[in-house]
Parts: sequence; C-alpha cells; structure tokens
Amino acid sequence: MTDATLSDATVAGEHGVPPAEVPELDLYHPHSWLGKYVFSQDAKYIAIQYGGTATAVGLLGLVMSWIIRLQLAFPGSFSWLDANLYYQAVTMHGMIMVVYLLTAVLLGGFGNYLIPLMVGARDMVFPFVNMLSYWVFLLAVIVLLASYFVPGGPTGAGWTLYPPQAIMTGTPGHDGGIILMLISLALFIVGFTMGGLNYVVTVLQARTRGMTLMRMPLTVWGIFAAAVLALLAFPGLLVAAIMMLFDRLLGTSFFMPAMVEFGELKNTVGGSPILFQHLFWFFGHPEVYIVALPAFGIVSDIIATHARKNIFGYRMMVWAIIAIGVLSLIVWGHHMYVSGMNPWFGFFFAVTTLAIAVPTALKVYNWVLTLWRADIHFTTPMLFALGFLVTFTNGGLTGLYLGNVIVDVPLSATMFVVAHFHMVMGVAPIMVILGAIYHWYPKMTGRMMDERLGKIHFWITFLGAYAVFFPMHYLGILGVPRRFYELGEISWLPPSAATLNVFITVAALTVGAAQAIFFFNVFWSLRHGKPSGSNPWRATTLEWQTAETPPGHGNFGRELPIVYRWAYAYSVPGAPEDFLPQNAPPLKGEHAT
Amino acid sequence: MSVMGLFFLFIASIVVLWLAREGVMSANWLEEGSANWLEEGESVGVAKASSGSVGAPPPAAKVGLGVFLAVALCVFSLLTAAFFMRMGSPDWQSPPLPRILWLNTAFLIASSIALQWAYFAAELDDEARLRLLLKIAAATSGCFLLGQLWAWKDLIAEGYYAASNAANAFFFLLTAIHGLHLLGGLVALARTIDKAWRAVDRAALQTSVELCTIYWHFVLAIWLVILAMLAGEMNAFGALCRQVLS
Repeated sequence: MTDATLSDATVAGEHGVPPAEVPELDLYHPHSWLGKYVFSQDAKYIAIQYGGTATAVGLLGLVMSWIIRLQLAFPGSFSWLDANLYYQAVTMHGMIMVVYLLTAVLLGGFGNYLIPLMVGARDMVFPFVNMLSYWVFLLAVIVLLASYFVPGGPTGAGWTLYPPQAIMTGTPGHDGGIILMLISLALFIVGFTMGGLNYVVTVLQARTRGMTLMRMPLTVWGIFAAAVLALLAFPGLLVAAIMMLFDRLLGTSFFMPAMVEFGELKNTVGGSPILFQHLFWFFGHPEVYIVALPAFGIVSDIIATHARKNIFGYRMMVWAIIAIGVLSLIVWGHHMYVSGMNPWFGFFFAVTTLAIAVPTALKVYNWVLTLWRADIHFTTPMLFALGFLVTFTNGGLTGLYLGNVIVDVPLSATMFVVAHFHMVMGVAPIMVILGAIYHWYPKMTGRMMDERLGKIHFWITFLGAYAVFFPMHYLGILGVPRRFYELGEISWLPPSAATLNVFITVAALTVGAAQAIFFFNVFWSLRHGKPSGSNPWRATTLEWQTAETPPGHGNFGRELPIVYRWAYAYSVPGAPEDFLPQNAPPLKGEHAT
Repeated sequence: MSVMGLFFLFIASIVVLWLAREGVMSANWLEEGSANWLEEGESVGVAKASSGSVGAPPPAAKVGLGVFLAVALCVFSLLTAAFFMRMGSPDWQSPPLPRILWLNTAFLIASSIALQWAYFAAELDDEARLRLLLKIAAATSGCFLLGQLWAWKDLIAEGYYAASNAANAFFFLLTAIHGLHLLGGLVALARTIDKAWRAVDRAALQTSVELCTIYWHFVLAIWLVILAMLAGEMNAFGALCRQVLS
C-alpha cells in the first residue's frame, strides 16, 4: 500500500463538507512475514493475538474448574486430587478467568479490534506501544504458567491472595508459586497500561470527522469507560503486589502481623492484612465493571442490530455507563463486610453498592424496551445477547441481597456468593464474548459461522450454565461453605446437598465439553463458512462499511469515512433500506442527530 | 484511603471539564431547523469554535502523557494512602532522614529548571543552548539517582534495614518506585537528546522537549511530597486521614 492510497477523504465539493480533519497517522508498513503476522503493529492482528492467547489460557482455567467440581461432587474418589491441588485449582481458576481471560479478551481483544474501526481511525494512535502491550501480556501469561513447573507448584492462596496466609509456609505454592503469581500480575498491569493508554487516547484523539462523542456506538463507550476504569483501578493491584513481594522476598512487614509459625516467632510485626484487602478490592471491585461495561456496550449494539430498532434511550445508556464507572470506584468495601470494619463504613458502602443498581436497572429496562415490538431476528449473536440479559439480571438481583451488610454477613462464606458472582461476572460476560464472536467473525474472516452449530452451542451453554449456577444459590442458603476441600459430616446439611453437588458437576463437565462445538465451528468456518460479504447483518456502524473484508492495514482504504448520524438509524421511515449506515450522506428532510 | 478520595476528586474534575468541552451536554436536536450535520460542536477532536481560547487540539502524544501521568499519580496516591494507614501501628519508627536527600532534591530542582529553560530555548530555536540544557538536565537527574542509591547505602550501613521496621521499608519502596519513574523519563529524555542532535523536524523536537518538561515537573512535585512524608512533615495529615477512616 503506498502513501497515496491512505490520504483522507476530500469530498468538500460533494456535500459541502471540508475534508476529514484527522491528523495522518504514521502507519508502520511491515516488510516481512514476521513483521506482518507476529510482531504486527496493526491493532486487528494484535486483537487476534490477545484473544487467542487469552482463550488458550482460559481453557486451562476451564480444566481447573473441572478439578474443583470433581472434588466437590466426589470427595475422596480420586487419589491424585489432594487438598493442595484443589486449592491451587481454585486459585488459578479465579485468577485466570478474571484477569487473563475476561479482561484480556474484552479490552485487549475487542478493544483493539473494534475501537479504531468503529470510530473511523486508521489504527491505534501509538501502534508500537500497542504491540509491546501484547508481548508484555504474553510474558505475564508465560510467567503465570511457569508457576506450574516450580517446586511446590502454583499458589493456592485463593484468587484474592490474602496475606498473611498467602506467603506462609503451609499454603501450597508458598515457595515459588506466589512469587511468580505476583510478578505475573505486575507484568500484566504494565502491559495493560500500555494498551489502555491506546484505547483511551484513540477514542479521544482519532475519531473521524463527524464522529462526536454522542454518535459513538455504545460498544466504544463501554470499552472506553472500562479502559479508564482499568487505568485507575489496576494500580491498586500493582501496589499490593509489589508490597507483598517485599514482604515475601525481603521479610518486610507491610501486611504481616507478628506471627508464630511452627512454634517459631516470625520476624514480622505490626503489619496490616486489612491494608492489603483495601488495596486489593480497590482494584477488585472496579474489575467487575471493567468486564461488565464492554459487555454492556457490545450487547446494546447486538440487540439494536438484530432487532432492527434504535437503542432505547441512547443518551441515558451513555450516562448510565459513566455513572456505573464512577460509582464502582467507591464500593470496594462491600467485599470486606466481614473484616470487622467500622459499621458506618458498612453503611456507606452498602448505600453506594445499592445505588449502582439504579443505572444498571436503567440499562436493563432500556434493552427490554429496545426489544419491545421490534423485528427480532433470532440469530446466534442475538440469542447470546438475550442469554446475557437473563443471566445478568439474575446475578444482579442476588447482588442486591449481598449488598446489604446484614444479609451478606451470614452468606459471605457460602456457595451463594459463588453462585452470585459466577452468574453476574462469569456467565454473563462470557455470553457476550461468545455472541460478539458470532457477530464480528464475518468481519474478521469474511465468512459466516455455521448457524445450526451456533444454536446448539448456545442452548447447551445457556441451559447448562443455569443448571450449574442456579442450584448453587440453594446450596448456599442451606449453608454449604465455599472454599472447603472436604465437607465431611455436617449436621445441618441434608444428604440431598451432596446429590445436588453431583448434578452440578455433571452439568459443569457437559457445558465445558460443549465448548468444543464452538471451537470446531470457528476453525471449520474459516474455510467452509458461507462467504459473508462486507455487511451480513446490515448494520450501521463503520466497521461494516469498510472497502475490504477483512479490513486491510489502515482499515478504510483510500478515504476515511465521514459520519453524519448516530449508530442506531434502523428502520428509519423514508429510508431506502431498513438501516442507514453512519457514513451515508443525509437524506432529504432527515433531522440531524 | 482519604488520599484516594482527593485523587478521585481531581480526576473527576478533569473528566467533567473534558466532557463539557466536547459538548456532550449540547442538545443539538432541539435547535430547530439546524441543518448543520457537521458544524459547530460536531467537528471532532477540535473544540467548538465558539469556545475560542482552546484552539488547536493537543497532539496525541501529549494527551497520552496526560493519561499516563494520571495512572502514575494513582500509583503514588495509593502508596501514600498505604503509608498513612500503616503509620498508625504502634511499631512504626521513622528512620532518620539521610542528609544527602537535601542535595538530591537540589539536583532534581536544577534538572526541572534546566528542562523548562530548554523548552524556552526550543521555542526560540536556539539549538546550541537547547543541547547544553538537555545535557545538564540528564546529568543532574543522573546525580539525583546516584544520590538516592547513596542514601540507601547510608541507611543500610546504620542498620535501618527494610525488614527491621515498616517505616524503613516504606522509605526503600517509595524511593525505589520514584526512582524507576524517573528512570523511565530518562529513556524518553535520551531519545529527545538524540533528536536534538539530528533534528530535522523542529515541531517534533519541540513537542518532545515539552513532554519531557511536563514529566520532570511531575517527578519533582511527587518527590517533594514523598520527601515531606519521609521527613514526618505530613504526620498530622496522616493522622487526620486515619481518623476519617476509623
């Protein structure tokens, strides 16, 4: 591609509009195979690298969950499944799924792929830093996986890594595992910050002409808000990880109180485990919304496109995203109701926590109202979006229970909490990720995924996930504790609790295995899928209007698109088709939006 | 954590200003008969013509630096919050302040001033002076870092190990992270110096010098706060923060 082919649109005469005033990006043009496919600086390749790596490590997280479920259903049946392995599986499952899968796929994957395309930019504003971001992420994953090969194995401290037990002898992986985990997290944050800078500055600086903030698709709004949130929240984890590394390696007492270990007084004194909890949850709670906000955005676009209707209350949706982002920074204390804090603090955090329900409920209502009397096409992406609506609402409602101190205290250590957060930030975002892959796969590859396999995959995943997590609420209310390797005989638990555990495990194994259908579909459709054309869903946003599919380096070919309207011009009366692309010139008599 | 409250107020005010500048609140569909599809308030990355004073959009690198400094500020705010929370414990015993820190502070101030001056020189296109000032800034920053290592050596020689008291540990932690932050800046400064010798693109060089100047002022400001914390000048503030929390 020569420079001449990358000039901006000059259509001044045509519509009375001056050319796109977007500064020309210094695009790097790869000269070798290695530069094009491996050390690529093209956000679209980086996105696929991010997504692929995260999915690979996510499969390991899935296997870890099988180990947990096997132990819970059939305690004592497997000689290889000892307490250490169980705790390591619990820890690695949590950390991998939350940080290395969900965060990396939603921001590193979809963020990289969609932001430049949807705002009409040629690429991210700092392509080199963007490439570096992926390689640091990969290094973080390698360090994480290396902990399986050090003596003592990976850490088994639980994904929250609470001190003092995280670094005490007796916790699995206290030798090398915890050190590698902390280093890996620090690397992840460094890598993410590089990417996050790109996502934020690209949205701020590189939007094409006419793409005002209030014309951006909600996907971009969601990813943008999540990136800002992540940039502000991840430092909490970084500081906690560095301080704990000091405690572990240099014997400092940031978090370590005076302790006796194996009858020996340790050298530490006065450290505050609660301080760690503050730092950890300062990151940990916004993390929920770092995952949820991109999902909110993506689901809005999928619903509007496949229901052929404009999103209900677009501005409200934007303000709800901002409100949720702001509120989520001041609710971290609700993870610490049982840490013995001042009751007034519990009161404060309960109020802020319940307040988040307002903008969140607003979003749910708006999605439902978008569907109201719409021309709903039950395609696979739409099914997953609807699945998200149900699971997210379900998980959100139990969140209202747990947000109250008085309800949380007795339930905090039970399976009810496990069921709640898996529903709201496990199943729901995964539904969106899967739906989004079915939705944007045609743009990434130029071929459709198989609809029939997609529908089978959806129904097994959706019903299966419900079969796993819905009964778990009941177990929690019965009083089945979480985190325990073995329950033994507990007088208040009926034998049916054990039967239910077996049922959940069978469902979990089935759902996990059913993902093979999805992977088969992804790889099979690469060669044998139906050719999709450039805009198979007849969508309005800019990524569907590119000259080539998949889009080439520089995204838009010769001219950058100029945007005339919002992203939700579906079924506009008087329009020639039932959608108006964002860059289609204004119709006669059309009102500016 | 009250420190984090202050930090959020600061970030929130920036966000509000930015949203207002980008015209998020404008209800353009209410303006009857507005056929301006791309007119005022609709153009991108550029402030509304009516808000006048803002002028041309800042370069992406400058915005990027601003975002990065916000993240760095977040890290230092969290460290400060942790410092004040941990300080309340009865085992806390501040180490004596190594005297070399005052000399180091002078070096860092000199470095910041040199860069500011270099920025003016870059604006006037005074190449010889620019090169000299950039070299001075790099050298004084290097002296600062060596001096910090010297301070560590002093503390360790006198038996104030990181493991013996959390106050010592915070001394090493804060100076180490601040030092790393400055070291990262030195990489950027080295690239700027390289540019100053081969300068073909004057505007790019000017931007680089400007970004370095902003970065160095930030490093200096953070250092002054850290110094005040280590010298115990902010103990009363810390006590106030703890009171709010408990």
